[in-house]
Amino acid sequence: MSFLNHLINGIGLGSVYAIIALGYTMVYGIAKMLNFAHGDVIMVGAYVCFFAVSSFGLPPLLGIVLAMLVCTVLGIVIERLAYKPLREAPSLAVLITAIGMSYLLQNAAQLLWTPNTKVFPNFFAVQRADGTTQQGLELFGGELVIRYTTIVTILVCVIIIVGLSLFTGKTRMGKAMRACSEDKGAAQLMGINVNSTISVTFAIGSALAAVAGVLFCSAYPNLVPTTGSLPGIKAFTAAVFGGIGSIPGAFLGGILLGVIEILANAYISTQLSNAIVFAVLIITLLVRPAGLLGKQINEKV
Amino acid sequence: MKKHTLRLSKTSRVNFGTYGGVILIYAVLQLLNAPFLTQAVGHSILSSTLKGQLVPICAYVVAALSLNLTVGVMGELSLGHAGFMSVGAFSGAVLAISLQNTIPSAGLRLFLAMLLGALLAALVGFLIGIPVLRLRGDYLAIVTLAFGEIIKSLITNLFVGKDVNGLHFSFIQNTMTLEQGGQIILNGPMGLPGIQKISTFTAGFLLILVTLVVIFNLTNSRAGRAIMAIRDNRIAAESVGISVTRYKMLAFVISAALAGAAGALFALGQNTLMSNKFDFNMSILILVFVVLGGLGRMWGSIIAAAALTVLPELLRQFADYRMLVYAIVLILIMLVTNNPQIKLLLSKLLPRRKGAQADV
Repeated sequence: MSFLNHLINGIGLGSVYAIIALGYTMVYGIAKMLNFAHGDVIMVGAYVCFFAVSSFGLPPLLGIVLAMLVCTVLGIVIERLAYKPLREAPSLAVLITAIGMSYLLQNAAQLLWTPNTKVFPNFFAVQRADGTTQQGLELFGGELVIRYTTIVTILVCVIIIVGLSLFTGKTRMGKAMRACSEDKGAAQLMGINVNSTISVTFAIGSALAAVAGVLFCSAYPNLVPTTGSLPGIKAFTAAVFGGIGSIPGAFLGGILLGVIEILANAYISTQLSNAIVFAVLIITLLVRPAGLLGKQINEKV
Repeated sequence: MKKHTLRLSKTSRVNFGTYGGVILIYAVLQLLNAPFLTQAVGHSILSSTLKGQLVPICAYVVAALSLNLTVGVMGELSLGHAGFMSVGAFSGAVLAISLQNTIPSAGLRLFLAMLLGALLAALVGFLIGIPVLRLRGDYLAIVTLAFGEIIKSLITNLFVGKDVNGLHFSFIQNTMTLEQGGQIILNGPMGLPGIQKISTFTAGFLLILVTLVVIFNLTNSRAGRAIMAIRDNRIAAESVGISVTRYKMLAFVISAALAGAAGALFALGQNTLMSNKFDFNMSILILVFVVLGGLGRMWGSIIAAAALTVLPELLRQFADYRMLVYAIVLILIMLVTNNPQIKLLLSKLLPRRKGAQADV
C-alpha cells in the first residue's frame, strides 16, 4: 500500500513538473532558447498568491488569478527587455542573459520579501464537522491517504495539457506558434507577426508557471526566494526527458520524473534523490538525445 | 616610414603583458607587506581583511582562468565548474590533513594537495567529458549543471576517517569504526571540520603563473588553434579533419585540472569547509568573472576575479545589493556586446580605438 501511496505522490509532483516543463518546452520550441528564469517566475507567482491571500485576505482563487496576471506581465517584460534584443545573438549570449535574469529575480525577491521562509497556506483542505481539517481522501480504512492537493494538481495538469493541445492544434494563434517554431523566416513571409507570437508564448508559459508555483507550494509549503530554482531545473530535465518542443512529451517526462524522484527518495536514499534525477537526465541525453517523444533534427551545412 | 624595432605579434604582447602585470602586482603587494615597511609606518599597510582575502582571490583567479578556457576559448558554457573545484578541494584537503604528521613541510604538502586535486579533477573531467562533449549548446550547459549537482551530493554523503590502519571511507551513513586516536577528516554534510591553513599568497601567485603558462601555451599551439576553429565553425573544422571530440576533451580536462588545483588552494586557506560552498552559485560567480572580464581574455578574468572579490569587502554597506548588481551587470554586458543596434550606437559615441582596424 505504501508503494501505491508513493506512486500517487510521485504523479502529483510530476504533474507540477509537467506544468512547468510546458513553459520551457513552448519557449524552447519557438525561441530556441533555454529560459533559465522560468523557475524563478514560479517563485514570483507563489509569492504573489501568498501575499494576496494571507496579507490582503483575498479568496484563494482570486489569488491564483492575480498571480497569473502578474507572472504574465513579468514574462512579457522579461522577453521584451532581455531576450528580444538578442534574437540574432549566439546561443551562449542568450543563455548567460537568461541566467542573469534568473539571478536578478531571485535577488530582487530576497530584497523585497526577505530571505525568511514563508509558510504557504494549504488551500485544499476540508473542515470536518468536529472542527479538525481533513487533508485528503482516505481509502481502505485510512490505509491509503490521497491528499486533496495531489488530486487538484493532477486534474489541473490534465486540463492544461488538453487545453494547450487544442490551442496549438486548432486556433489561429496556435498554428502561428507552430509555424514560428518550424521556420521563423517562412512564417514571417506568410504574414505571421513573429515577435508578438513569441510574446504570447512567453505570456502563456509564465501564466502556467504561476499556477505551478501555487500548486508546488501547496504541496511543499516552504516558500523562499530560491524556491523556484530546483523545480525549474528539474522541470527542464523533464522537458528534455520527454523531448523538448513536444507538449505530450512534457507531460510524460514530468510525470515520469516525479515518480522516479519520489520512489528514489523512498526506496534508495533521501540524500541522493536529486543526484538520481540528474543522472536520469544525463542517461536520457546519451541514449535518446531528442528525448522520449522528440523528433531528431538533422543538421544542415 | 617604418621603425625597425623588435615586433611581437599582438597575442604575444598581450600574453607577456599579462605575465608582467601579475608579477608586478605580486611584487607590489609583497613589498607593501614587507616587515621593514610595516615597522616604518607603525602598522600594516594592507588591512587584515585584504590579507585574508589574498589566497581566495588567487583561487578565484585560477578558477576564472580555467573556466575562460572552456567558455571563451572552447565556446561551450559550463555551469558545473564549482564541481571540479569541489573535487580538488576535498581530495586535496583530505591528502594534506592525512599527511600532516608524515610530511612536516607545509609547502610540500600544499604542492601535493594541489597536484592530487588537479589530477582527480582531471579524471572526473575526463569521465564527465565523455558524455557531455557529445552534446551541444544548451544541452551541454544543463548537463554540466547536473554533474555539478551530482558531485555536490556525492561529496555531501562521503565520510573519510584516519587512524593507525590508514584511511577509512564510508558513504551515506557513517559506518566507520576508527581505532583509538583516530580522527574523522571529512564528516559528510558537516564537511571538513579541521583544516590547517597552509595556503600562502606566494603559492597562489605561483599557481596563477602556472595556469597562465598552461593556457597561453595551449591557445598558441596547433591544438589551441584547432579548439578555436571548432568554436568558430564546428562543421568547417570537422571538414578539414579536426577531431572535434578529442580537442574539446583536451580543453575540458585541462580546464577541470586547473579548477581542481584552485579548489585545493582555496580549501587549504580555510579553517572549515562544507561541500555546499561549491554549489551552483559558485559556478555562476566564476562565470560572472569570466563574462565581465571578457570571453577569451585572460587578463580580463584576472582583473574581474580580483576586483569583484575585493570590492564587496570595501562596499560592505551595499552587501545586500551585491548579487542584484552582478545579475544586472551580466545582462547589460550581454546586451551591449551582442545587440547590433546598441553596438552601432556605441561605435558612433566612442571614437574608434587607434589601430583597431589593423587587428582585423
